[in-house]
Amino acid sequence: MHELALADAVMKAALRAAEDAGMDRVERLVVKVGELQQIEKDLFEFSLTSVLSSQDQRLADASFQVTEERVRFGCNACGREYGRNDISLDDSDQGEAIHFIPELSHAFARCPDCGSPDFEILAGRGITLERIEGTGDG
Amino acid sequence: MGDALDPRPFAIEQRLAGVRRVIGVSGSKGGIGKSVIASTLALALADQDRRVGLFDLDFTSPSDHVVLGVDRSFPAEEFGIDPHVAHGIHLMSVAFFAGDAAVPLRGAATTSALLELLAITRWGDLDVLLLDMPPGLGDTSLDVINLLPRLEFLLVGNESRVVIESVRRAAALLTELNVPTVGILENMRRGDGEAIRALAEGVAMPYLAAIPFDSALEAALGDVELLRKTDVYRSLARLAESF
Ligand SMILES: Nc1ncnc2c1ncn2[C@@H]1O[C@H](COP(=O)(O)OP(=O)(O)O)[C@@H](O)[C@H]1O
Ligand SMILES: [Mg+2]
Ligand SMILES: [Zn+2]
Repeated sequence: MHELALADAVMKAALRAAEDAGMDRVERLVVKVGELQQIEKDLFEFSLTSVLSSQDQRLADASFQVTEERVRFGCNACGREYGRNDISLDDSDQGEAIHFIPELSHAFARCPDCGSPDFEILAGRGITLERIEGTGDG
Repeated sequence: MGDALDPRPFAIEQRLAGVRRVIGVSGSKGGIGKSVIASTLALALADQDRRVGLFDLDFTSPSDHVVLGVDRSFPAEEFGIDPHVAHGIHLMSVAFFAGDAAVPLRGAATTSALLELLAITRWGDLDVLLLDMPPGLGDTSLDVINLLPRLEFLLVGNESRVVIESVRRAAALLTELNVPTVGILENMRRGDGEAIRALAEGVAMPYLAAIPFDSALEAALGDVELLRKTDVYRSLARLAESF
């Protein structure tokens, strides 16, 4: 479960955001998970809950909203934009590698039009802390 | 809170909290022996019972697993991912994920892959973490300088004029950016080493050691028993004692 490490990173980012905003109590974390990394929404919510007890008090009562974002690739060679259903992976190991390091899609995925591995991941890569909501002005 | 945040940079400090020293093995040119030196130095440190990690940051052509003869397989996954432990060395490499496939990455993708691995790799308690740097002072060098405040560099060079010029530029940049350096290591020595000594003096960095050109090295790659018998290992074992 390397999701726990990512959940812990989200908490640390949330704490920094709370400090910057002068919040004493964070009520809600809104987190986006990208389709490319294949982290399930439910599992990530569970991961966030699991690491909560070891975090700063300001986060102790936080709830989570996890939303999913579709992956979108943009080919640097021909300009085509495409999604997850437009690429095919050979086996589960390739999916597993991308799960750990989404950039390994460049090793295994190709543009459906021109075959290039030279693409940008325009959206839906991995985990983002979209915003925090809370109270207190420090 | 305004903008969305990438959470990964916030995890790095704690991931490296148990690591005493982080040393980037660099030197700007390719093919001067950074990977052989980083891997063999890691082996020498492990043989001296030091807790050592080796992070292969040349994502587009990872080599350390080849030098050390470590099989490619997925790292164990728990609260993050665990480096493979081979010959006492904690090794992390993109090769463990990529299989035989080439990994063509632009700069932004290189940075992102680095952030991901820094955020999830569990290095534990180490005396030294060696970073095997890609050639040049591009994305990865600038990223580790920005992301790892305790970073030191060890520069590898040889007597060739094209290498000396390029190591001098690298040394000047590190000095300007206040990045500490362990010193300059001369590799593949065939001559008297004067040129590198003069370079080290010119940039006010220690001249660490000379590693001879070793024609037995190629046959020893991938076999640590043979690697330990090379001149490269012997020279680096002496250097390791000073770490
Ligand atoms: N001291 C040495 N004597 C002989 N060959 C060496 C020595 N150091 C490195 N090499 C060889 O030089 C080549 C490049 O080394 P490598 O470590 O891959 O360089 P880099 O990582 O700087 O690109 C390899 O074939 C390696 O075996
Ligand atoms: Mg190398
Ligand atoms: Zn294309």
